[in-house]
Amino acid sequence: MQYKVPVMSDMVAEGKIPDVIFWVGCAGSFDQRAQRVTIAFTKILNQLNINFAVLGTEEACTGDPARRAGNEFIFQMLAQQNIATLNNYGIKKIVTTCPHCFNTIKNEYPELGGKYEVLHHSQYLQELINEGKLKVEGGPFKGKRITYHDSCYLGRANGIYEAPRTIIEALDADLIEINKCKTNGLCCGAGGAQMFKEDEPGNKRINTERTGQLIEVYPDVIAVACPFCNTMITDGVKSENKQDDIKVVDLAELVAQANNY
Amino acid sequence: MSLLTLIQIILFILLAGTSGYIAFKKFKEIYDNIHRGRPEIIHSSLGFRLKSMLLVAFGQKKMFKLTVPAFLHLIIYASFVITQIELIEIFLDGLTGSHRILYHAFEGSFMQSIYVFVINFIEVLSLLTFFVTIIFILRRTTFKVKRFQMPELKGWPWKDAMNILGFEIILITFIFLMNGADSALHSKEHVSGYGFLLSGYFGSLIAILPNGALEFLGRIGWWGHLCMVLTFLLYLPYSKHLHILLAFPNTFFTRPEQKGEIHNMPAIQYEVQSMMDPSFKAPETEGEIKFGAKDVYDLSWKNLLDAYSCTECGRCTSACPANQTGKKLSPRKIMMDTRDRMEDLSKGIKKHGPDFTDNKSLLGDYITKEELRACTTCNACVEECPVNISPLSIILELRRNMIMEEADSPVEWNNMFANMENNQAPWQFSPSDRLKWTEELN
Repeated sequence: MQYKVPVMSDMVAEGKIPDVIFWVGCAGSFDQRAQRVTIAFTKILNQLNINFAVLGTEEACTGDPARRAGNEFIFQMLAQQNIATLNNYGIKKIVTTCPHCFNTIKNEYPELGGKYEVLHHSQYLQELINEGKLKVEGGPFKGKRITYHDSCYLGRANGIYEAPRTIIEALDADLIEINKCKTNGLCCGAGGAQMFKEDEPGNKRINTERTGQLIEVYPDVIAVACPFCNTMITDGVKSENKQDDIKVVDLAELVAQANNY
Repeated sequence: MSLLTLIQIILFILLAGTSGYIAFKKFKEIYDNIHRGRPEIIHSSLGFRLKSMLLVAFGQKKMFKLTVPAFLHLIIYASFVITQIELIEIFLDGLTGSHRILYHAFEGSFMQSIYVFVINFIEVLSLLTFFVTIIFILRRTTFKVKRFQMPELKGWPWKDAMNILGFEIILITFIFLMNGADSALHSKEHVSGYGFLLSGYFGSLIAILPNGALEFLGRIGWWGHLCMVLTFLLYLPYSKHLHILLAFPNTFFTRPEQKGEIHNMPAIQYEVQSMMDPSFKAPETEGEIKFGAKDVYDLSWKNLLDAYSCTECGRCTSACPANQTGKKLSPRKIMMDTRDRMEDLSKGIKKHGPDFTDNKSLLGDYITKEELRACTTCNACVEECPVNISPLSIILELRRNMIMEEADSPVEWNNMFANMENNQAPWQFSPSDRLKWTEELN
């Protein structure tokens, strides 16, 4: 299959309207590891013939790290710019592979005039599975031990715990829950703009602590749903020298690989 | 009425009245202190508020994230609530100079058995509470549970916790002394006791004492218990134990938003809006515009109510990823510092008037920037808190001040801000490269 990425401005020029905007996010656009997740999710959208578009160069950072670091000016500038773009196109529905983008657009844009139906890709994929549109083959993950690392901005911040698990269960895999999961999940260490700076002085890195908890259950795969968690846990697995035995894989990649997309 | 009874009534009224008045004044001070905070409108319905309060405060829902401590705490809590019934009788007796006024009023009617049942219920719970209190003392002194051994609990907070536990032991001892001596006397005079199982047994052990001595012991129990109750009332506003009252309003005013939402700053919103659209007329924002919070009264009243509601259990700190990995941040300390700062300021204000300053502030002098920088905004502390406190909300307000007023941010964050401003991404990539990933697609 020849995969396509329709860009919003082109679609409008052709007089077409997408059903949903795929919000790629900065990590999804620029970070090499996250780009692979973006590609996997794009393949799923293509395979299911979903009428989607990306904003392309018109997309800007949602402002999440600036607001959380305490710089409201930068947040407002980016947020208002994005809202102007989205409203200008009359966007109704957005799906994103980043829980930080998801949280900001869903919870913080409405007060600034940006009201959309916003879904995280785990919810979107769950919907597609439930509607019978997306069939997931067990494929390479059948019977594999998969544990899931809850992203704070999906879990505690927005109460989304089941959607990611539905996807893993659809793979016919063995979902192993660690002790500290769901509401008790430990942060990967990247939230609140920590992704962009060194840890403060302490006796351990947060991602090392979290990875330790995850590898305790001897998983074959650590499933993640956030590009920052992905980076942090991947680094953690590497520093434990376990990268050959344990793969850190995003939910979209799990589905794409299982279905051989 | 004997002269002795009259003296006791007067003494009771003096004691209870004075303590009540002093306590009221201190509670009023706390109320005023909370209201010195910035206004904040909590957009929730009455139904949501009642539900939060009933489930979280009254129903102890979030306590049960840790089963054993929740169960032990439930015993003390239930015992405290139900003991108030007996306290009603103690107050009525004190005011009228009577002795077990409710028992005598109910004697002979079906209410008598209800009265006896209630007292028995209180006594069983009180005995359980006695043991739980000992477990709680051991938990701090012998078992050394980690969350009770942290640096922020050194000194007064540790003493405060031990004081409260000590008060509980004394309260229970006096009530058993009172009921025991009473039961012994009653069984001597009326063949049978009141029907109090536990204190009746205790009474049978001391029944050999002469009636005068029993009466005296009963009085000591009554006055001792009363004095402890009043001491407790006076102590409460200075103690972490204030949570027994403030847990209710604090959960009533739970913020209804998703935990991930950080509240908007309209002043900056309008400023940016008028920058982007010159025709935009910003609505008037009231008062002097200050970015974030430098000191306690820059925080919202809800943040301040949070601080007074904290009982320093440390569940937030146990769950904090920064704290677990040895960073200085402890969400519990954030709450304790906020309360300490309010108390220090209100002392100054009381002495020197409302314009009092001591050239100190919450940010910097109480809470360091290193603590603030360590937060991952993961909401673990907010999730854990059994009374719906948000340490995160205070951390973010202080961060806003640190970054926007003091322009004090780590170099990496400055680079990130610059990238976001120039490239619309936190990394240094050109915005025109946003679609580069598509080259790898096929």
